[in-house]
Amino acid sequence: MRATFAVLAKDLRLELRTFETLPAMVLFSLSTFVIFHFALGRSAVGGQLAAGILTVTLLFAALLGAGRLFVAEREQGGFDAFLLAPVDRTSLLAAKAAAMFLFLALLEVVAVPAFGVLLLGPALGPRLPGLIAVLALADLALAVIGTLVSAIAIHTRARDMISPIIGLPLLLPALIATARAAAPVLSVHGSGAPPGKWLLILALYDVVFALIAYAVFDFLLED
Amino acid sequence: MTSYGRGLRGLSVATIATITVALALVFFYAPLDANQGFIQKIFYIHVPLAIVALCGFVVGGLLAIAHLRTGDRKWDLRSYVAIHMALIFGVGGLITGSIWAKASWGHWWVWSDPTLVSFLIVMLLFATYQPLRFSIEDPERQARYASVFAIVAGAFVPLNFIAVRMAQGVVHPRVLTLTGGRLPGSMGLTFAVSLLGIALLYATLWNYEIAAKRARMQLRRLRRAALGDDAAGALGRSAAPS
Repeated sequence: MRATFAVLAKDLRLELRTFETLPAMVLFSLSTFVIFHFALGRSAVGGQLAAGILTVTLLFAALLGAGRLFVAEREQGGFDAFLLAPVDRTSLLAAKAAAMFLFLALLEVVAVPAFGVLLLGPALGPRLPGLIAVLALADLALAVIGTLVSAIAIHTRARDMISPIIGLPLLLPALIATARAAAPVLSVHGSGAPPGKWLLILALYDVVFALIAYAVFDFLLED
Repeated sequence: MTSYGRGLRGLSVATIATITVALALVFFYAPLDANQGFIQKIFYIHVPLAIVALCGFVVGGLLAIAHLRTGDRKWDLRSYVAIHMALIFGVGGLITGSIWAKASWGHWWVWSDPTLVSFLIVMLLFATYQPLRFSIEDPERQARYASVFAIVAGAFVPLNFIAVRMAQGVVHPRVLTLTGGRLPGSMGLTFAVSLLGIALLYATLWNYEIAAKRARMQLRRLRRAALGDDAAGALGRSAAPS
């Protein structure tokens, strides 16, 4: 547990000093909203379309962030140092997933209001509680799978390509559930609650993949 | 002295016999479908191909678990061949499914059908298995990472089917439900024999590839022992375990 917090604190301090990942994710999301505005030729969207745009933007931003997750460890020999330390190896997984979750949450603090101003037709205010519930579960899936895929890809030669091509199909069920759960929340005709069925699927997906990641992560570090 | 491909002859004969019987049943015994007519016969090839491919993916994941638990590279070879073969069968399933969809629904691709869409997603995921292996040079790490991928992806198969099925309506003929389905007996028998035939084909090809790969490895070892390291030649970069 202490090792997890130590690595997490290290990652956050690194981000605070370099501002490398989070600002890039935010800028990427804002540009994507602009791209969607022109690509779709719409100035205001709602319902399923709005949910889709928001989900896709966050998904790609998350993949961008996941690609950077282990770069410091690889370049500065952090993996070796971590393996030498007498700590549980899964604490690295927990720390990285927590860092990823925090990055995503901070990204959404900026990106979701920006989405509300730039593209969303209906008012954002009353829709926030429902949206936060959906996004929290979605962030968990993005954090867990992003960390796992990033750890697989970091030692490959073509890692910038490997992590999205593995990550996208793996995240598709989570993407489906997020887009479907957020659609009624962002609906033009009044805000509905997110459907329990999709929240349940998203939660199930989070739990199952967290367990799988926990089970296999050890083997990605052995050397 | 290792013998390669032990029992392969019997397996091959059984496969050919079963597939012959299955084809005979498909064309001469099973009745014509009342709505779809002759094109429905592709069902006896398409569905077994898809089922065997999906089972092959899951088996690849299970063999990968054995690899990580024992650390023995032969399990990695088995897992690799299982996934490799399942990919080929899966492409066959996608193509035959597309033909069937065009004939019976009028479109090559139908998004509203969850089985089709989830199968495509699974194929997209497993299609990254070879590029992943290919881009890791160290053979030991390649085997380990590929096994991790195979386990994650194998567990992904059922989960993905649940999620996609819930997202969409049902267009696919749901013939294999737990409640017994609605296949008449003659069609059910034909389907069962076809499924057995395709499964045997998968097992046979799996065994052939394992035997070929093991023989090649042994040959390299012998050449190196007899003629020195240079005679074996440099290993070409490959996604396959070596």
